[in-house]
Amino acid sequence: MTYALQTTSLVKKFGGFVATNTVSLNVEAGARHALIGPNGAGKTTLINLLTGFLEPTSGEVILNGDKVTHLAQHQRVKRGLARTFQINRLFADLTVLESVVMAVNERLGLGARFWQSVGSHTAAVDEAVELLERLRLLDVAHETTRNLAYGKQRLIEIALALAAKPSVLLLDEPAAGVPTIESRELFETIAGLPREVTILLIEHDMDLVFRFADRISVLVGGAVLTEGTPEVIAHDPKVKEVYLGEAICD
Amino acid sequence: MTVIFDGIASGMLLFLISVGLSVTLGLMNFVNLAHGAFAMFGGFVAVTLLNRAGIPFLAALPLAAIGTALLGVLFERTLYRRLYAATHLDQVLFSIGLVFMSIAGAHYLFGPQQQPLTLPTFLQGQINLPGLDMGVYRLFLIVLGLAIAFGLQKMVTGTRFGAQLRASVDNPRTARGMGINVDRIFTLTFALGTGLAGLGGALGVEMLGLDPGFPVKYIVYFLIVVAVGGSGNITGSLIAALILGVFDVAGKYYVPQAGAFVIYAVMVAMLIFRPQGLFGRKAAR
Amino acid sequence: MIDLTPLTRATRWHPAELVFWLLPVAGYFLLQDNLVLLTQIAITALFCLSLDLILGFAGIVSLGHTAFFGIGAYAAGLMAAHGHGDPLLGLLVAGICAAVAGFISSLLVLRGADLTRLMVTLGVAMMLYELANKLTPITGGVDGLQGMEIQPLFGSFAFDMFGKTAYWYAVGVLFVMFVIARRLVHSPFGLSLKGIRQNVGRMPAIGAPVNARLAAVYTIGALYAGIAGALLAQTTQFVALDVLSFNRSAELLLILVLGGSGCLYGALIGTIVFMTAHHFLSDMNPEYWQFWLGLLLVLIVLFARDGVMGGVRRLGALSKGGAKA
Repeated sequence: MTYALQTTSLVKKFGGFVATNTVSLNVEAGARHALIGPNGAGKTTLINLLTGFLEPTSGEVILNGDKVTHLAQHQRVKRGLARTFQINRLFADLTVLESVVMAVNERLGLGARFWQSVGSHTAAVDEAVELLERLRLLDVAHETTRNLAYGKQRLIEIALALAAKPSVLLLDEPAAGVPTIESRELFETIAGLPREVTILLIEHDMDLVFRFADRISVLVGGAVLTEGTPEVIAHDPKVKEVYLGEAICD
Repeated sequence: MTVIFDGIASGMLLFLISVGLSVTLGLMNFVNLAHGAFAMFGGFVAVTLLNRAGIPFLAALPLAAIGTALLGVLFERTLYRRLYAATHLDQVLFSIGLVFMSIAGAHYLFGPQQQPLTLPTFLQGQINLPGLDMGVYRLFLIVLGLAIAFGLQKMVTGTRFGAQLRASVDNPRTARGMGINVDRIFTLTFALGTGLAGLGGALGVEMLGLDPGFPVKYIVYFLIVVAVGGSGNITGSLIAALILGVFDVAGKYYVPQAGAFVIYAVMVAMLIFRPQGLFGRKAAR
Repeated sequence: MIDLTPLTRATRWHPAELVFWLLPVAGYFLLQDNLVLLTQIAITALFCLSLDLILGFAGIVSLGHTAFFGIGAYAAGLMAAHGHGDPLLGLLVAGICAAVAGFISSLLVLRGADLTRLMVTLGVAMMLYELANKLTPITGGVDGLQGMEIQPLFGSFAFDMFGKTAYWYAVGVLFVMFVIARRLVHSPFGLSLKGIRQNVGRMPAIGAPVNARLAAVYTIGALYAGIAGALLAQTTQFVALDVLSFNRSAELLLILVLGGSGCLYGALIGTIVFMTAHHFLSDMNPEYWQFWLGLLLVLIVLFARDGVMGGVRRLGALSKGGAKA
């Protein structure tokens, strides 16, 4: 069995607070793996550790068999680990096409070219256009990002991540804030991604998770409570307890 | 010894003037480069009251502080408030604009020369101990500075106002939701900061001098105090100001040819190795 | 298929740009008596362009950009004062010196957030000011650096007393540097700078090495500033300590926001407006001038944040909207 993304006994402490407690996660290559857990379970911290925004106190992050624990964020992206953000992080005053071209440029190593104009690097532009077509964004390619509806902006989030041609894609609540109908379309788009792309999905909406994922890890209090197929997780009394508890608190 | 003593006294002045900047910069996240202009204003109020109205020195000091605080309130209400959410660049440009205007205004009203100030006789003279000549005025500065630092620390950590201030800064929206009048807290804090700057400016006429160039001449010093002390940190500001004062006086005394170079170099080195300040917490932004 | 011309638009020059660059030619024939002022405008425009690259495009706030202007001025001045008076060689050396200084200080500047950057840039400039002030035997201190001898440009155009050579020299250098900057901002590198300014947090997630890009643009900005400083030293044959002063940094910020930052023509137009105003108002007491300068800054920040070019853009949008309707 080959793993696309692994962590070994990953620990992150903030002062005395243990945000991530010996997490050993194994995401199989090609998997549709979901990471769920109640609020404050440490999902965001874990994502930050995986992407390199934070450095762990101890433990390792392994991407496609290589240790990347101490690599910077952009270096991990170069090695095929891309992510989307729970809250849009876009380039408000760039057009959709410019944003995606910029991301493609970085993957192709053209980002430091300073003489020829953006448009004359046709390989990057063509690829960006293709990507926009795939995500049905071509009709708004020349719109400025800030003028687009939220649902469209969520798609740009995904387009920027896909521009990196990732082998592992982290989706941090991709449907957050999107109306139900649009979120279904969004998931159809995600489900249509090629199987070579391993997906780790962080999601609140249980319906979506159980429809989409073939493997689920439950994070509670910074540690992995349990892991298994959707059927197993759905019938796990421990998981029910956690989510029931949260429902009462809400 | 005398050098250290003088350095501590000048450090106290820097502390008084800078602590307000530390608060606006660190707690309210506003880059107010015009802070020195408020100190200059306090200085001019004191000098005018003393030399033209004949009001005694000790009475002129609180008046200078109050006058500057009122000016601070006026500016905060009308101008600064609009820029709390602006970018740092906008805040910088805006406050540089104020600095230029204040310099021109001071020129127009008082002329380019240094302002004279005669201390009352009981603050003149020296106390001579073996190996240490203490100027009475410098001793006065040190005692006053310590008292104010102590009072401030007590106020921020121990009073309702302090708690409200910390809450307002941490999360203005939540604080508002809890019924704290955030606008009023910010105005009062700004007034306190500028008032202290005014007091420092008035006290500093004797040691730092007072002329229209004051806001630019010392802005780096004030920024160093904030940078080294960690913004928004009263104890840190005090220690940083004292270190700076001692280094500055010692530098001018022992290596006059190096001038202020040493101070700037120390600041840059400091910022490189500990960007959040010696005693600072991580910057919010 | 989608229309891709917006991405290549930048490779063609807009007619308005060509008209703009005819202005210096017209200025030469119409304002023969004011060539010195026009030369100053060209130099300041280049200096402002350099700040625009680092602030307007990359979003690095600097309070000490004069540091590189001063380094360039002293480098070119010292060369000319010690017998190496070829102007282009001086320009080259000055640019390299400033770029090296820029690269080294970029390592310091990029470590911190906005506030730290402000203080480090200010601190570095102040340090250099003190250094130039105290090293009187080399720099002339407060009296300024004198005794430069500038050789004829290309070996055949001597710097005449009417300032004709100086004018064309400054304008020529400005134009060349502008063309380079123009290519730069429309390249993938320029696009990534815009990305950094608009959302620095996202850039690493698309694989962009943010600090390397910022260091590069900071170095380029320093190079531009150094060349501007060298131009000033060579055309006036004098370097005043003032080239390193805080006021000059502050004034430059004002010029840039006046014109509109993040737009190359904003830097140029801001300079023209500012320098012309300064010229006509400088008969007044310089202190009053400073007052109006301050007031202008405050007003710009409060009411007209996008400067002259922002106004032009709004007018353009208005007329376009009108045409559509």
